[in-house]
This record gives sequence, structure tokens and C-alpha cells, in this order.
Amino acid sequence: MAKTQKPTLAVWKFASCDGCQLSLLDCEDELLAVAGAIQIANFPEASRAVMKGPYDISLVEGSITTPHDAERIHKIRRQSKLLITIGACATAGGIQALRNFADVKEYIAAVYPSPQYIETLGKSTPIADHVFVDFELRGCPINKYQLLEIVNALLNNRKPNTPTYSVCMECKRRGNVCVMVAHGTPCLGPVTQAGCNALCPSFNRGCFGCFGPKEITNTSALGDWFKQTGMADDDIVRTFRGFNAFAEPFRRESEAHEK
Amino acid sequence: MKNKTIKVDYLARVEGEGGLYVKVKNGVVTDAKFNIFEPPRFFEAFLQGRRFTEAPDITARICGICPVAYQMSSTHAMEQICGVKVDGQLRELRRLLYCGEWIESHVLHIYMLHLPDFLGYEDSIAMAKDHPDAVKKALKLKKIGNDIMIVLGGREIHPINVRVGGFYKVPAKKDLQALIDPLKWALDASVETVELVSTLSFPDLERDYEFVSLQHPDEYPLCEGNIVSSKGFDVEPIDYLKHVEEIHVEHSTSLQGKVIERDDYLTGPMARYHHNYNRLPKIARDTAKKAGLDKTCKNPFKSIIVRAVETVFACHEALRIIKNYEPPDEPYIEVTPKAGIGHGASEAPRGLLYHRYEIDDSGIIKKARIIPPTSQNQKAVEKDLKQFVEQNLDMPNDELTWKCEQTVRNYDPCISCSCHFLKLRIDRE
Ligand code: SF4
Repeated sequence: MAKTQKPTLAVWKFASCDGCQLSLLDCEDELLAVAGAIQIANFPEASRAVMKGPYDISLVEGSITTPHDAERIHKIRRQSKLLITIGACATAGGIQALRNFADVKEYIAAVYPSPQYIETLGKSTPIADHVFVDFELRGCPINKYQLLEIVNALLNNRKPNTPTYSVCMECKRRGNVCVMVAHGTPCLGPVTQAGCNALCPSFNRGCFGCFGPKEITNTSALGDWFKQTGMADDDIVRTFRGFNAFAEPFRRESEAHEK
Repeated sequence: MKNKTIKVDYLARVEGEGGLYVKVKNGVVTDAKFNIFEPPRFFEAFLQGRRFTEAPDITARICGICPVAYQMSSTHAMEQICGVKVDGQLRELRRLLYCGEWIESHVLHIYMLHLPDFLGYEDSIAMAKDHPDAVKKALKLKKIGNDIMIVLGGREIHPINVRVGGFYKVPAKKDLQALIDPLKWALDASVETVELVSTLSFPDLERDYEFVSLQHPDEYPLCEGNIVSSKGFDVEPIDYLKHVEEIHVEHSTSLQGKVIERDDYLTGPMARYHHNYNRLPKIARDTAKKAGLDKTCKNPFKSIIVRAVETVFACHEALRIIKNYEPPDEPYIEVTPKAGIGHGASEAPRGLLYHRYEIDDSGIIKKARIIPPTSQNQKAVEKDLKQFVEQNLDMPNDELTWKCEQTVRNYDPCISCSCHFLKLRIDRE
């Protein structure tokens, strides 16, 4: 094998909205340069050409929700030197993990008139529940600059530089007025991992947790705070039960407020 | 070859997971399927019990390519229930955001997903080697659509600034004005795009479609208007379900739309163009005319030209809105929940997106129903496939398979929406 060969990249989809892989195509200024540095070997959303594995880097979007997908992810792992999950679906089960708190049979009947055609698992689970994952990139959707950073870091054998502190840090750095302190707007910023550059508070709204729980979180302190501001338990449950509902700290906190 | 099977297990350059299967027996197509095997995500089910204010952000996650469509259809439905009408500059800003999505999505489809088929490339990156200027222009144009979404929505995928009643924060005048020069360039570039795609060679295929889209008395429709059919009905969104139904078929995790009294129908650029040609700005009409496009286009392969004409419209409309922009006093209208049922219909880049919600008086969603464009187009896609294969039985298998894929891609299908990916198989027995 020639040493000069470009590293290969594959993009895989499971249950998802396609938004995270679209981030790659949304790198308008960088796309051609990326395509120059790596060989896009398997990326159905962009190309009908398919190169056989193994692949140097696999980007995996989406969560596992069917028996077939639970097998497919193992095949992908075997073909991938590095496997990176992209987005809340892949790292936490996504918004579709709301089914994990309900009876999935009722769900199917609510959506499909002929439920017998639908094959699905009772839970939507993150990729790391099924195979070893080398790196997880958070967000719903991911931040495309973080994606470029990861690909760049991996190509250069260094550790990706993606922060694990909270959205609050970014918010302070942007010089925002705290929406909770100033307006009493419920905000998940204190418990959510940075990555969006405190987008929602910059638009006068509370963070709703796209990037999932930060490394060490005190969700119960925040839950108590919400309660003190007069928020009903139902609403606290809904606040923690968003795109990262099944990530452990958020799940625990939502369940604690469920009557 | 009288008998053959054409199949594509995993269709590329579409959004989501789907495939295609065509079976030919004694020169007749006996089966043409556009399979959708995207795993279901049950949005309608878990929307039950959520707050009416959460619908725009939750339903946006159905599709990363057209989140604004979901945000618009859901906010309009909720506002209808609560008796609120968003007007003036806030309404204009909504149209502007939608223009951003149209530009981004149409340019993505025209240049990166569809054009490679016409020019014989596997993808736009391979195409860029021979046509670097076209691809660079496309990326720049697409980025301007995304920039509108970023300025107004906060980010290009799943914007965070839309709320029931308006926006969380409205942009300053100067923020929008910074987009004027780029948009002027974009308007020219989109006119050139129409010129470019009109010179392609188009396979022969015409069908007598039932076109279904919004129609508005004085504007090219985005969020408002009646839903009209070229073969019959003309109704407000509230009565849409009296005319269409969704059928659950075994080969698809998406429901298939059908006009109750007839059969398949088509939504999307060709339908909008047919019903609203006269509301296009002059520059778009002139460009269409120069490109040789009639007021109605019945060849689905030519949808690429219609999409380009709509991009001209979107750039022109965005410029118009920005030039007249005065920041409104309040970024949103306060909306108090009321028990009731509401309907929202808006034009996603790939077609009509219908939402229906029932909420209680505390604003909790009791029922949700979402009919995305791709499930409505699924039957029309299958009929196109059938006719195309019957007309081209002598085409070599490889070429026919590729052309069948292209037939599906004509629709810019978004399988993530319909439920959500595509896969092709052609059986020649
Ligand atoms: S994480 Fe969010 S943006 Fe990414 S695929 Fe899932 S729903 Fe879409």
C-alpha cells in the first residue's frame, strides 16, 4: 500500500435527522480543502461512489433503534480504525429516546395505521452502548468547526481541542447578561456542555441543552432552583427531557421530578 | 431483454435511507417501488404531552435539511389555535428566514445532489475537478442562504430563534443590511444557474401530474395561502385532510399520500411554479422564459430548472425584505394557550408540509399529525419510475439503474422527513 495514500473517511447514518452529517456539507469554505486532504470513501448523502472498507475514520450519526441497526453498527466498528459519533442522537439516543420513557407499542399505534409492518426496538440508545467509540462529538446539531477540529486533530495525531466546561463559561465570555438572573428564564446553561458559543442566551432565550450534560454536573441544584422560581414539576421534567433526555444526568433529574 | 430487475439497495445523494426496486416482466413493469426503510422516530407520539411552545424546536429535528419548514408549519398551527396573527415585519422576517432555507437547500440539491447525475459524475467533489468554477459558485451561493439563517436564526441547522408568536430576538437593521451585497451577487449567480441548468439534456418523461401546493393571492407562497390542486380542490389548510389520505404500505416506514378521490399527486417546485407563476417577480419569470421553461413544467427531470428559478425568487425576495426592514417594537406577540385544533401548511423546499395539532387550555399537545412532502410524493415517484423504465427497456442495466436513481432524486426526496432514506432495486425477470 502506498504511503502517500490519503486517509479514508466514511459517514454512516442511523436514526437521525441528517443534520449532523449535513454540517460537513455546510463547511462551504473548507469542503474542497477537506476533500483534498482525505478520501471521502463512503458518504451516501453526498456521493454514489462507494469504496470498500476498512476506513481510517468513520463518522457515525444517529441512534440505534432497530434490531438490524444493532447488528450493522458492529460491522461498521470492525471496518473502522477510528469511530467518532456525531450529535445527540449518536451520543445520547437523541430526541427519539423519548420513547425510552414510554410504551413503544402505543407510540407505533399513534403514528402508523398498520403497526405490524414496523420493526423497532423498545429503546433508542447511543452508539457507545453497542460498540467502543473513540470520540464523541456533542450537539443537536454538532458545531461544524468542532467537526473540522476533530478531523484535523486526528489527521495530525493530536488530541482534539473541544471544551468540556459549561455553556455558562461561553456565555460569560461573550459578555451576555445571564437570562436566569436578569429575566428568570429557565436555562440549562450551567449543566450543559459548551460548544454552541452560548447561542440561545445570546438570543435572549434559555439554553435547552443541545450539547448534553457537561462532565461533572449538579443537575439537582439546578432542578431545585427551577422549583424555587415556581416552575411546575411537569415543566422541569420537560426541560431536562429534550434532545439529550437519555443522557444519565438529565435522565436522573427528569425522573426525580416525575410524580 | 424483456425481463429484468433493477434494484438499488441504498440510494445515494438523498437525505435519509431508502431504496428502489423495479421489476419488468415481458416488457411490462409489474412492480416499481420507492422503498423507505429509515427507522421510524415517532415524533407524533412523543409530541403528545409536550408544551405547544416546544413544537417548533422538537419538530425541527425531524429534518436537518428543512428545519425552518417545520418551525413555520408548527408555529402557524399553534397561532391559529390561539387566535394570534403574526403580521408586518415579523411576518416578513419569517419569509426571510424561509428564503435562507430555500436558497441553501435548493443550491445543495441543484449542484451537489442533482447536477452530477446530468453530467455523469458520482458526486460534486469529482465534478469539481472538471468544473471548479461552477462548484465554487455553488458553495458561495449556498453559503449566502446559510448566512441568512445564521443572522436571523442563530445557526444554519436547527435555528434557535423561532418561537410561537414571532422570534426571541429580532436583528438590528445593520445586521441584515450586511447581507445586501452578497445577496445582489447571489441574485446574479442564481440567474446564471438557471442558464446553466437549462442547457442540460433531459430524458424524455412527461406525466399529467396532479399538482398540489399553496397558492397565495399576491405572493409566491411560503407560509400562507390555500392548498390547491390542479385537478380539483382549492381549500384552506383546515380542510386539506378531506381531500388527501395517507396509506401505510409494507415496503415503507413512511406513509404514502394519495388524493382520496383520485390517486398520486405531486408537491414541490413544479407544483408551486404551476400554481403561482404569475406571482413570481419579473426577473424570475424572464429568466424562466429565456431558459425555455413554460408556465407549467411536466418533465420531472426539469425540476432542476424550476428549482433554479425559485432560487432567483428567493434571492430577490430576501433582498426586498431586507431593503424594507424596520425592526419591530417587540420581537414576538404574546400567545396565551387556548384549547383547540389548528392547522399549519408551509412550503418546504421539497414540497408542502402540513401540521395539525390539538392542544388543551393549558397548552399541552394532545394530538399531532405531520404530513411531510416526501411521503406525499412517494406514489408519484413510483409512477415516474414505472413509466421511465417502460419507455427505456433497451437501456443497458447500469445506465438504467443510474437513471432510475436520478428519477427519484428529481424529487429532492427527504426521507428523514418522510420518516426517513431511500434504496433502489430494479428486477428484470
Ligand atoms: S443530533 Fe440533532 S441535528 Fe444531529 S442528527 Fe440527531 S436530531 Fe439531527
